[in-house]
Amino acid sequence: MIHRTEPFWWLLFSAGGSVAAILAPVLILLTGLAAPLGWFPAAFAYGPLRGLAVHPLTRLVLFVLIALAFFHWAHRFRYTLAEGLALKRAWLPVAVACYAAAVAGTIWAALVLIRL
Amino acid sequence: MKLYRRPSEFAWWVTNRAYFLFVVRELTSVFIAGYGVVLLVLLQRLAAGPQTYAAYLRFLASPGMIFFHLVALAAALYHSVTWFRLAPQAMPVRLRGRRVPPPAIVAAGYAAWGAISLVVVWIVLRGPR
Repeated sequence: MIHRTEPFWWLLFSAGGSVAAILAPVLILLTGLAAPLGWFPAAFAYGPLRGLAVHPLTRLVLFVLIALAFFHWAHRFRYTLAEGLALKRAWLPVAVACYAAAVAGTIWAALVLIRL
Repeated sequence: MKLYRRPSEFAWWVTNRAYFLFVVRELTSVFIAGYGVVLLVLLQRLAAGPQTYAAYLRFLASPGMIFFHLVALAAALYHSVTWFRLAPQAMPVRLRGRRVPPPAIVAAGYAAWGAISLVVVWIVLRGPR
């Protein structure tokens, strides 16, 4: 099953890598450092940030980024476990567990962004 | 007599700089996905109301979370640089039947990264509308 669908998982990995390469550094800088350290208090005040977050385009971009980043992780982590930690004999359960976690994360992301 | 000891399979990647950097690149995805989880919690707290949001920002300002985001930022930058640098090998581009030179593909990737980052900063920081 996983073997036959390998191109599909690789496509998600590759798309996730590209989206994360473009968006992850700037977003980590903004929400992980600038906002908590109080660098731009007006921009990260509750009202303006909520207004920006509920915009349909923001939700769509965040969903695509977060979901694809999870599948990107699943693909890489699968090979790290299988080859890095020499778990090759267990590659099928490892693959299923990694992709299942990414699917669960994607559903969670959709729920959070719909309820925003 | 010295017995032959088979090198451990578990730690093959620490024996060589190239292998080590390969595993580091694999592990950048853990930090990027971890950041995705923190970002989703932040959005959840944002939806819950101003007090919940303010409390979560205070949690994010704790030394441990600042350290996490610094490491995640370093991992994300390393991922971006290696990703764009490998792009010509991973996806060769052809224009009118001719292969686009690899340095041009790398430059286009960096340009898109820089331009989109600036647009995101501008959208977030232009403040209350």
